[in-house]
Amino acid sequence: MRYHPLTPDDRAAMLGKIGARDIDALFRDVPKEAVVGRSAFDLPDHQGELEVERALSRIAAKNVSAGSVPFFCGAGAYRHHVPAAVDHLIQRSEFLTSYTPYQPEIAQGTLQYLFEFQTQVALLTGMEVANASLYDGSTGTAEAVQMAQRLTRRPKAILSGRLHPHYAETVETVASLSGHVVRLPTLPELVEDLAAQIDNETACVVVQNPDVLGLVRDLRPIAEAAHAKGALLIAVVTEAVSLGLLESPGAMGADIVAAEGQSIGNGLNFGGPYVGLFATREKFLRQMPGRLCGETTDADGKRGFVLTLSTREQHIRREKATSNICTNSGLCCLAFTIHLSLLGEEGFTRLARANHARAVALADKLARVHGVSVVTPAFFNEFTLKLPKPAAEVVDALAAKGILGGVPASRLLPHQSDVRNLLVVAATETVTDEDCDAYVKALAEIVR
Amino acid sequence: MSETRFTDQHEWVRIDGDEATVGITKYAAEQLGDVVFVELPEKGRKVGTGGEAAVVESVKAASEVYAPVAGEITGSNDALAADPAKVNADPEGEGWFFKLKIADKGELGKLMSEAQYAEFVKGL
Amino acid sequence: MMNNQGRPSSAGGTEPHKLQTISGDRGLDHEEGLIFELGRPGMTGVDIPEVQLSETRLAGVRRRSPIGLPGLSEPEVIRHYVRLSRMNYAIDAGIYPLGSCTMKHNPRLNEKMARLPGFGDVHPLQPQQTVQGALELISQLMRWLTTLTGMPAVAMSPKAGAHGELCGLLTIRAALEARGEKRPRVLVPSSAHGTNPATAAFAGFTVDEVPAKDDGHVDADALEAKLGPDVAAIMLTNPNTCGLFERRIREIADAVHKVGAYFYCDGANFNAIAGRVRPGDLGVDAMHINLHKTFSTPHGGGGPGAGPVVLSAALAPFAPLPLLVHDAKGFRFVEDRAAAPEGAKPFGRLCAFHGQMGMFVRALAYMLSHGADGVRQASEDAVLSANYILASLSDVMSAPFGGPCMHEALFDDSFLEGTGVTTLDFAKAMIDEGFHPMTMYFPLVVHGAMLIEPTESESKESLDQFIHVLREMAKEAKAGKRERFEGAPHLAPRRRLDETAAARKPILRWKSKDLPQAAE
Repeated sequence: MRYHPLTPDDRAAMLGKIGARDIDALFRDVPKEAVVGRSAFDLPDHQGELEVERALSRIAAKNVSAGSVPFFCGAGAYRHHVPAAVDHLIQRSEFLTSYTPYQPEIAQGTLQYLFEFQTQVALLTGMEVANASLYDGSTGTAEAVQMAQRLTRRPKAILSGRLHPHYAETVETVASLSGHVVRLPTLPELVEDLAAQIDNETACVVVQNPDVLGLVRDLRPIAEAAHAKGALLIAVVTEAVSLGLLESPGAMGADIVAAEGQSIGNGLNFGGPYVGLFATREKFLRQMPGRLCGETTDADGKRGFVLTLSTREQHIRREKATSNICTNSGLCCLAFTIHLSLLGEEGFTRLARANHARAVALADKLARVHGVSVVTPAFFNEFTLKLPKPAAEVVDALAAKGILGGVPASRLLPHQSDVRNLLVVAATETVTDEDCDAYVKALAEIVR
Repeated sequence: MSETRFTDQHEWVRIDGDEATVGITKYAAEQLGDVVFVELPEKGRKVGTGGEAAVVESVKAASEVYAPVAGEITGSNDALAADPAKVNADPEGEGWFFKLKIADKGELGKLMSEAQYAEFVKGL
Repeated sequence: MMNNQGRPSSAGGTEPHKLQTISGDRGLDHEEGLIFELGRPGMTGVDIPEVQLSETRLAGVRRRSPIGLPGLSEPEVIRHYVRLSRMNYAIDAGIYPLGSCTMKHNPRLNEKMARLPGFGDVHPLQPQQTVQGALELISQLMRWLTTLTGMPAVAMSPKAGAHGELCGLLTIRAALEARGEKRPRVLVPSSAHGTNPATAAFAGFTVDEVPAKDDGHVDADALEAKLGPDVAAIMLTNPNTCGLFERRIREIADAVHKVGAYFYCDGANFNAIAGRVRPGDLGVDAMHINLHKTFSTPHGGGGPGAGPVVLSAALAPFAPLPLLVHDAKGFRFVEDRAAAPEGAKPFGRLCAFHGQMGMFVRALAYMLSHGADGVRQASEDAVLSANYILASLSDVMSAPFGGPCMHEALFDDSFLEGTGVTTLDFAKAMIDEGFHPMTMYFPLVVHGAMLIEPTESESKESLDQFIHVLREMAKEAKAGKRERFEGAPHLAPRRRLDETAAARKPILRWKSKDLPQAAE
């Protein structure tokens, strides 16, 4: 078999050296009743690359890929153009097939890009320090809530009703183990509603910006309301490219930022793997979960990088660790770092402007369709339409016409009747004028 | 007259009237390696005998430091925040961790003398 | 006419180690600064047309100050990251004998398959009728995982092994709550990987440690004595972290079930038994599978991973959302508790969307390539290779437990006693020899542990070379020849790094003197 270098002669020689009669002798600790033969598995035998490619390509062909149709889905995952250099570089053997940099002398490649990544995340979020990534934005948000609970020694977390429902559900699963979670309804939500919930039991308020319906807000009032009661503000960002045009959460008073980095360097991949960006204030450093890469020098006085402050982590602290996390999103971080390095200040801010301009143009066109209104007064590259009929039906009808027209709010909030006619529409730089015209035309027909 | 006693968790206690100063022994500091961070208790906190009072960290290890006797924390060594290396340089002097007001002086009898501790370490 | 284009062609010249280069670089080895030290303002490696924002609907929160990112052209970026890559060791370049990590070959076919647009360019919230292929792939992978493990169900969403452990413990918690019980204790062996007690504490349990016996197996008698009605679960790794199959596993499982508790198995070492033993037959209730270990998805310098969790019939009803359903209408994800099929009581959601699809494609490509026969062969070769190393080194190094071992061989540092060479020195000296060191100082139950896992991906030539070098190193250490060990590594891109300074005065990002600082 092409992946197994040992030959039958090799195996015989090795058994001879070991002094075992056959391979079964090496498994002698396994209870006889627990050993099964090949026939116990109703699974096929090995196949060559040709057969595997054929089988998987056939399955892949049953999916409508985003690039093959006019595409407007967002709601936590965004389609951006990733330059060819990114995918080429992350496939270099030394990046793809290396392990966690526990032996720093032979992992300076990994460690240096993590240091660059941490710096980029801190700059984008406007925070003092960032870690080397968590799994994704949703688990990062849950970690942020638990971090706030530890820091304030208070149990309550208030979740904005405009936080991505998947994120809120993830927080509920985990944060209820260490405290309790109050989830506000999605509509309506005014800053005053959020502020009214904050009391002396509140560890944190979690607000997403732009929120799940695309709305952009100033976080300063809610930051003030939280700080006035000794609570922390956790700002969540699901569209990292928005940080190229909007004020950073740090500048608006966030104490912890949990973001999804998928938009930069990483494709849609049907939901994963993604990359969790996590940043906070220097004074909270020791309560921050996840890996950290730090600068130091070697025995020759040369600058180098190492994983550091590991005593927060599970392999040392075991049951007293800040988290059980044992991995970061390595290669996804690298893709993020390379893409952002290619973009630079000039490219990244242009990209953000291009996204906003595209979304504004589309929103204006869609608003002119009879019966359709745009209910998001301020947005980045995603906004919400109010339709004259349930959005889920409209999305199915659009799909039948070969258009992936967005995410119905009811998919994320199936029990909130007041969102049934809302459709969340994203427009990134990958959307063309032709795509927009096709969408407007199809939508007009469907809602007639 | 101050007197120093030792625990089997490798803490030393220097007693001055009602107040005790606590740190880790030379042996413990050597076992840990380079100390990089010390987490100290706040003033006013009450600790029970053998209760966790502080945490000392090296690069690859973290150890709890327990209160040898019960009492109320009266202060801790702020100098360790800026210079945790003091714990390695002078663990039984400048590398002290915290001071507490002793709740029950009778507990001191249960601790080892310097000679007893030296014997104890030899046997490890 | 004489041709005067001749040039010298024989070897000879200055001794390399005496040569000081002018640049500071040495041949193919380049020093490389940070991207922030290389960039220039206004430069970019991506051409994006400028737009005029004639209208702005940004609620007055448009960014007012620069971010501070460096600008570089594409050639500069590529050169930067290529140079960085050349400072990394990788499995593609040499043996990576890290115990418990299963650094096997990462097939390139898997990368190609994951990048098919039908898998890579699909949004998780597209209408489900437009992603039937994605759902079919996940369903196929689920079938492979449940069949190989002999378990009826699998939860696919955990994003890594530790996340899988959390999933397992939360299903256990949910199952207990459904019975109206609250049991606070979880039993974990002292030899367990740190994620086990960390996850148990995270999930709200108190951790009760079970000692190991002198033969490296968990103390089954002590474990059974600790069982009681307040125990929610045990967490065992099998084969265990000492590289041994727990012989009394069935007995332990029965004892655990008898008191109404559950058996969580850490599947990190599944590569030893896949295709030969089914955890379901051993009484396991929940086991996470590290797709990045057993099923070859690349380690990528630290991630991403994937940790789906196979579940017994007792725990299956509590698997988290989303649930994959297949009926006459086709495949679909059930994302809402209220719409869950009959009998399903999901404990909630572990993360956004559906799980690590990119890793699912790679793992399925691995499974289709190997077949059940290839999976079994891989386990056999992994176990054979580890035993070959154990048998070839036991006379010069010290193995605390007699053979045979499973897929990893454990040594301790008693063979180095009195030499002044530590496990750390020995491991660092391996770097100079061109090897990645083995796992050091884990498991904690032996002193100065060295855990070697070759995997099935090494040729006999590679193993023989590895064995030969370690034999010679061990002999030298014991003969008092410390030169290659003291201060090793000497030949890597960096010498030993000051981890103390990194922890005492953490510098966790680059800071410019000229460009804007982060906001307060």
